Amino acid sequence: MKLKLKIWRQKNCKEKGKFVQYAVDNVDPEMSMLECLDVLNESLIERDEEPVAFEHDCREGICGSCGFMINGVAHGPERATTVCQLTMRHFKDGDELAIEPWRSVAFPLVKDLVVDRSAFDHIIEAGGYISVSTGNAQDGNTLLIGKDIADKAMDAAACIGCGACVAACPNASAALFTGAKIAHLGALPQGKPERDRRALSMVSQMNMEAFGNCTNIGECTGVCPKEIPLEAIATMNRDYLLASCKKREDIATDISPVIELTAKG
Amino acid sequence: MTLDARIPSGPIEQAWDKARFDMKLVNPANKRKHNLIVVGSGLAGASASASLGELGYNVKCFCFQDSPRRAHSIAAQGGINAAKNYPNDGESIYRLFYDTVKGGDFRAREANIYRLAEISNHIIDQCVAQGVPFAREYGGTLTNRSFGGAQVSRTFYARGQTGQQLLLGAYQALERQVHAGTVTMIPRTEMLDLIVIDGQARGIVARNLVTGKFTVHIADAVVLATGGYGNVYYLSTNAKGSNATAIWRAYKRGALFANPCFTQIHPTCIPVSGEYQSKLTLMSESLRNDGRIWVPKTKGDKRPPNEIPEDERDYYLERRYPSFGNLVPRDVASRNAKAVCDEGRGVGKTGLGVYLDFSEAIARLGEKTIRERYGNLFDMYQRITDEDPYKAPMRIYPAIHYTMGGLWVDYQLQSTIPGLFVLGEANFSDHGANRLGASALMQGLSDGYFIIPYTVGNYLATNKFAKVGESHAEAQSAVTIAQQKIDKLLSIKGKRTVDSFHRELGKILWDYCGMARTAEGLEKAIGEIRALRDEYWHNVTVPGSGDDLNQSLEKAGRVADFFELAELMCIDARDRNESCGGHFREEHQTPEGEAQRDDEHYSYVAAWGYRGRDAAPELTKEPLEFQYVHPSQRSYK
Ligand SMILES: Cc1cc2nc3c(=O)[nH]c(=O)nc-3n(C[C@H](O)[C@H](O)[C@H](O)COP(=O)(O)OP(=O)(O)OC[C@H]3O[C@@H](n4cnc5c(N)ncnc54)[C@H](O)[C@@H]3O)c2cc1C
Ligand code: SF4
Ligand code: FES
Repeated sequence: MKLKLKIWRQKNCKEKGKFVQYAVDNVDPEMSMLECLDVLNESLIERDEEPVAFEHDCREGICGSCGFMINGVAHGPERATTVCQLTMRHFKDGDELAIEPWRSVAFPLVKDLVVDRSAFDHIIEAGGYISVSTGNAQDGNTLLIGKDIADKAMDAAACIGCGACVAACPNASAALFTGAKIAHLGALPQGKPERDRRALSMVSQMNMEAFGNCTNIGECTGVCPKEIPLEAIATMNRDYLLASCKKREDIATDISPVIELTAKG
Repeated sequence: MTLDARIPSGPIEQAWDKARFDMKLVNPANKRKHNLIVVGSGLAGASASASLGELGYNVKCFCFQDSPRRAHSIAAQGGINAAKNYPNDGESIYRLFYDTVKGGDFRAREANIYRLAEISNHIIDQCVAQGVPFAREYGGTLTNRSFGGAQVSRTFYARGQTGQQLLLGAYQALERQVHAGTVTMIPRTEMLDLIVIDGQARGIVARNLVTGKFTVHIADAVVLATGGYGNVYYLSTNAKGSNATAIWRAYKRGALFANPCFTQIHPTCIPVSGEYQSKLTLMSESLRNDGRIWVPKTKGDKRPPNEIPEDERDYYLERRYPSFGNLVPRDVASRNAKAVCDEGRGVGKTGLGVYLDFSEAIARLGEKTIRERYGNLFDMYQRITDEDPYKAPMRIYPAIHYTMGGLWVDYQLQSTIPGLFVLGEANFSDHGANRLGASALMQGLSDGYFIIPYTVGNYLATNKFAKVGESHAEAQSAVTIAQQKIDKLLSIKGKRTVDSFHRELGKILWDYCGMARTAEGLEKAIGEIRALRDEYWHNVTVPGSGDDLNQSLEKAGRVADFFELAELMCIDARDRNESCGGHFREEHQTPEGEAQRDDEHYSYVAAWGYRGRDAAPELTKEPLEFQYVHPSQRSYK
């Protein structure tokens, strides 16, 4: 089949970008969206033009490298699917697809469809872990964890850090990503001792990065390839509020709340 | 050259304790004065960086992705082994050791494997403490399953995302050290050369992939944890970025490369669908527990599978291996699939595929049970192929999956260059000629969390380090060489894309150095690889410049190294006149068509040394001795 691709081209963050139209005539319904871009890129290189830069690695929906907007939807039209897993059979001959990078001040553009998501690493760095150095562990079965709790932790831990939630959010909030890690670690007994500190430090880091505030719109979970539920954000807010109320002196408390409590439901 | 593996003397059960006791320690106050480099942030690199940081060393960790969390380890699905014996089914450290030696077809070092089995239990404990959400029973204990034909249930898992959860655990431990200021993370940066000064590894040359700038990083020791080289075949189950550049450049600086031809082909992958195919997707091996593998009895039978009557189907694994049936090891299953396709009985539009059929299991157990066991895999299959495996059999075909070969290391994980340590899939150490399922994750974490923190310390405590600056002549000359290579690739401006060369190279290797090899075929492959390599350096085209993000240029450098590595793989395969594990030489098979080892002549590690661009590499042998597990012919009949 034939497709028209309108792709955002931008050499780097300093220069201006624009949409450029390309026709791809030999699209096989079985290829993935990224393979379709590969085919386009091969033809561009043969014409000595620069190929479209896009991020990818595993091509199995697990590394979180890939991601861009297709006709305004993060990761395209299929539910729970990253662009590397999106096959072209979901489009029709003659379709026109507008492809552009995640748009968020917190994710500065690097080139074409590639953005810088290191703000996510900073949030984890601030406290997205359990502080246990190598060699300090007791036997894995010493603390029993019910299957329901383990499953709940796993649901939240499934986040791949792709950034679609931020891209889809009208406020460009990172609440779903941050909430997913807080919910994962907080659900487990091993994560309990640092629960207050973790919520305060991760949320304050999130606020220091250029993300917007969460107003509970819910676009994020709709595009999330791992279907992280909105509940993760509720857990984050709860942990954060509880920790703030405790006013523990060993934890910095000069942090503003993430959520506007008057926001629409 | 002779190779000293530095295996501790005495009983194998005490070897690691003894080695640790004999190691010299670095005074806590001196640790922060030592700069260390870790290249790679997969399971091996992230766990090493975190653990070294916790000890107080000053660590720089590099990866080429935008974040350390994206390393290829993230994609591992099935699980991680440990000798916990929670199910009370006869597991022990000794059994895990025994199975791994045998599974590797007696081509790995006993002492290393014993240590791996010993450490396996600590890994599970460490990961649980970090919050890795392993599968649990209702009563709250950890769940195990059997994997890869093992007769005990020793595999721990987190849904179908075990690698992801283990890596996130290691990544979080790494970020904790970044926060603590002991580790500096340097992403989107590629190591392009190793700096060796006065015989010691003293640093690396790296290129920032966004700005194109070269930097020199000096340290007292360099740890490579850069993963496997399966992508030399172009199509593999590895992530697209996985490459051999770091270990290859270290090889050219004097590190020996061991058993390059030992590669693993996984039997259950989704078949290639077209020319545009960019990678292959693995379907977990656990599917073989309930699926039956078959092809039509007659050649070229193009009927849909449901219309082929039972007596016209050939369940060839069940027929040939009545006792193991569909559960034969990976190498045996893969070779048999190739054989039936070569006979013209393959299925699907390319004829390169066999059926994996669940209809019998669904009839016996009900669709619900099958959905519970394999639901996510069936969904993945359907997403890719648009076919419903609950209704029609899956089509599968073998694909390159893992490389057992890698840089040679001794018991301390040090290469032949003092101060250069190699961890994870990048080294050759523990899997011999065939790796068992769920043991790569175990090895990566064992190397990173529990071995390197000791052995690097010993190296630092027993060596002296001259003051070296970034402007040292060796460092600057390495930068010049790396720069020249980039400039050269940009200046060729030929007619063919990097991918078109890579695809062609992969095809040569797959045909002649893949599932079945012959001396004649390998000879031919070497000639074809050289010719293609020459064409590459005259006719490749790399658009853009070297001073911004240029993904074609990144690939071009990696493919240039793959050409050279491919040749070494063929040389090694040609030299090893026996069949063992994943290395199947058609000349060496039993009358029944099984792999025939030659222990008398080939019970050694083949370690190759670089001697210059056009000179033949030099072979050094490390003899293997088996004091505990006695070599026997594997039989799965
Ligand atoms: C699809 C799939 C499923 C698997 N499932 C299992 C399983 O269930 N159980 C199991 O035990 N094993 C499994 N394996 C094997 C296992 O995943 C790998 O062997 C293991 O994860 C390798 O880890 P590593 O740390 O050695 O390297 P990797 O995870 O590959 O990490 C390599 C790191 O090195 C960096 N790097 C590479 N080159 C450079 C360079 N030149 N400069 C800078 N950085 C560089 C990369 O950025 C990356 O951070 C699977 C493999 C595949 C392909
Ligand atoms: S929460 Fe979902 S959308 Fe957001 S980064 Fe994680 S996986 Fe991506
Ligand atoms: S490339 Fe890894 S998630 Fe898409």
